[in-house]
Amino acid sequence: MAIEVKHLDHRYGEGTIFEQYALKNVTLTIADGEFIGLIGHTGSGKSTLTQHLNGLLKATSGDILYNGESIYAEGYSMKELRGRVGLVFQYPEHQLFETDVFTDVCFGPKNLGLSEEEIKRRAAEALALVGLDESFYKQSPFELSGGQKRRAAIAGVLAMKPEVLILDEPTAGLDPRGRDDILGLVARLHEEQGMTVILVSHSMEDVARYVSRLVVMNRGEKVFDGTPREVFRHYKQLEKMGLAAPQITYVVHALRERGIAIDEDIMTVEEARDAILALWRKNA
Amino acid sequence: MGIIKAVNLIFDYIRHDDEENKDEINHALRGVSLDIAEGSFVAVLGHNGSGKSTLAKLMNGILLPTEGTIYISNMSTSDEEHLWNVRKTAGMVFQNPDNQIIGNVVEEDVGFGPENMGVPTKEIWERVDESLEAVGMTAYRLQSPNKLSGGQKQRVAIAGVMAMKPRCIVLDEPTAMLDPNGRREVIRTVRELNRQEGITVLLITHYMEEVIDADRVVVMDGGHVVMDGTPKEVFSHVKELKQYSLDVPQVTELADELRAEGLALPEGILTIDELADSLAGILNGEKAWQSK
Ligand SMILES: Nc1ncnc2c1ncn2[C@@H]1O[C@H](COP(=O)(O)OP(=O)(O)OP(=O)(O)O)[C@@H](O)[C@H]1O
Ligand SMILES: [Mg+2]
Repeated sequence: MAIEVKHLDHRYGEGTIFEQYALKNVTLTIADGEFIGLIGHTGSGKSTLTQHLNGLLKATSGDILYNGESIYAEGYSMKELRGRVGLVFQYPEHQLFETDVFTDVCFGPKNLGLSEEEIKRRAAEALALVGLDESFYKQSPFELSGGQKRRAAIAGVLAMKPEVLILDEPTAGLDPRGRDDILGLVARLHEEQGMTVILVSHSMEDVARYVSRLVVMNRGEKVFDGTPREVFRHYKQLEKMGLAAPQITYVVHALRERGIAIDEDIMTVEEARDAILALWRKNA
Repeated sequence: MGIIKAVNLIFDYIRHDDEENKDEINHALRGVSLDIAEGSFVAVLGHNGSGKSTLAKLMNGILLPTEGTIYISNMSTSDEEHLWNVRKTAGMVFQNPDNQIIGNVVEEDVGFGPENMGVPTKEIWERVDESLEAVGMTAYRLQSPNKLSGGQKQRVAIAGVMAMKPRCIVLDEPTAMLDPNGRREVIRTVRELNRQEGITVLLITHYMEEVIDADRVVVMDGGHVVMDGTPKEVFSHVKELKQYSLDVPQVTELADELRAEGLALPEGILTIDELADSLAGILNGEKAWQSK
């Protein structure tokens, strides 16, 4: 029952001729321990939606319940919400501002009012998780390469040990190994600690591989909500919305066009390999 | 000598630590030599921190070499008198589309570069027309850049560089922030500029599928160039690439795994059609043989 989003609207320039919906009547229930992918064209409202979930933006109308309590109720602690719902921003520059990497990662836990010792322990642990060793501790976040900044920003949120982890395009700018490491880490946190994860991504391959439920946004509205398999069946419609199917799904369609009877719902390299091998062995 | 030539290029970032009163040195490039032919499409791959952006910034004189030399069209960037011409010859496009657009209207943004260069007004407009046409954004010329999608913004940024009539464009992860459609648009645009206008392209990316059409792929690791060849050559070294924190396109990975299981697929498959054709040959062919 973790998060219930009810008829959420977010309008810019309300009452003027420029009035525009960033979010339109979005309703969504996210259960504890889910691993959800959120996809949509640039400007479709993904980042706006995630910023509502941890209270950074306030809805024009509609409601959000966190564990059954409206976050818009009087006296609701937004500070506490932000510790429980950790958000890694799309642009790491928006998140890094301290003089060195270690201090930066300490910022979140410090805000939670933990002991000095605990803060340092958590920061070191989080930095190790994202693969930044001690040689980075004293470096300025602004002197890191693009991918290193991204890792530092993720560490800053992990150090708060949130219940819900929202990552807004966490792998943009990461090298392939870094991408696998970070997504593998997130999948592990999800499995071992039951963390609820919302992954905003432009990589159809990544969501196909990791998430169990996929929500599609288009022009501020939720248009699909189902398993990746169900959603990618609509790949023609997804293409019209600026999206695509995973590369392997296109391989499968190309094979079907050539008269090969392979399951059209296949999305990943492993699935395709197994299905093709099965066909091959049947023929041989 | 090609349009870009780097000779034993070394670059160190030096930071002075006041507290301990010593310099900290970060060796970002440790001796890079490269010769890039005019008109070619070269992709640069490498792990985070391997030195790609540093190399890109050396190419248009944003950074100057600590040691070694980089020549752009025979001009050394270390020669101050050439700096202006170097910047004109090699244009840069960066990752974040929002940080690159300054005009309130698309055409104004595109005209900004040539205006700064002191190009006469009439010619500025001609260049704006041509550049917007080249990236397929003519229909948006009077729009506010804020209203554009990420892919469209990047195309406007590319048009802005094109308007300075460079012979070479260096793009540092131009698609990292884009949705699939935006990525397709930008890659298609860059490829057309390369093929039709003969512009030399240097594309830095972490998306392996984006480089399959390049003439040449250069792989960096720890400030060195460690691999250099055609996409087919480079992507046939799956193990080596993984050592460098890289990968191969999913199509190549699938072909590779199937080959390991005994399917007679050729090496270096890069595109969906290549893979589907080869597989159809194997799967349908054997079926036809069986039914005889
Ligand atoms: N302004 C800077 N000051 C000090 N060190 C820097 C600076 N910028 C980059 N570095 C360091 O130089 C090395 C090379 O960085 P560079 O940005 O060239 O890598 P990159 O290959 O572009 O990485 P990415 O894929 O993450 O963008 C890294 O170790 C990085 O930490
Ligand atoms: Mg870089």
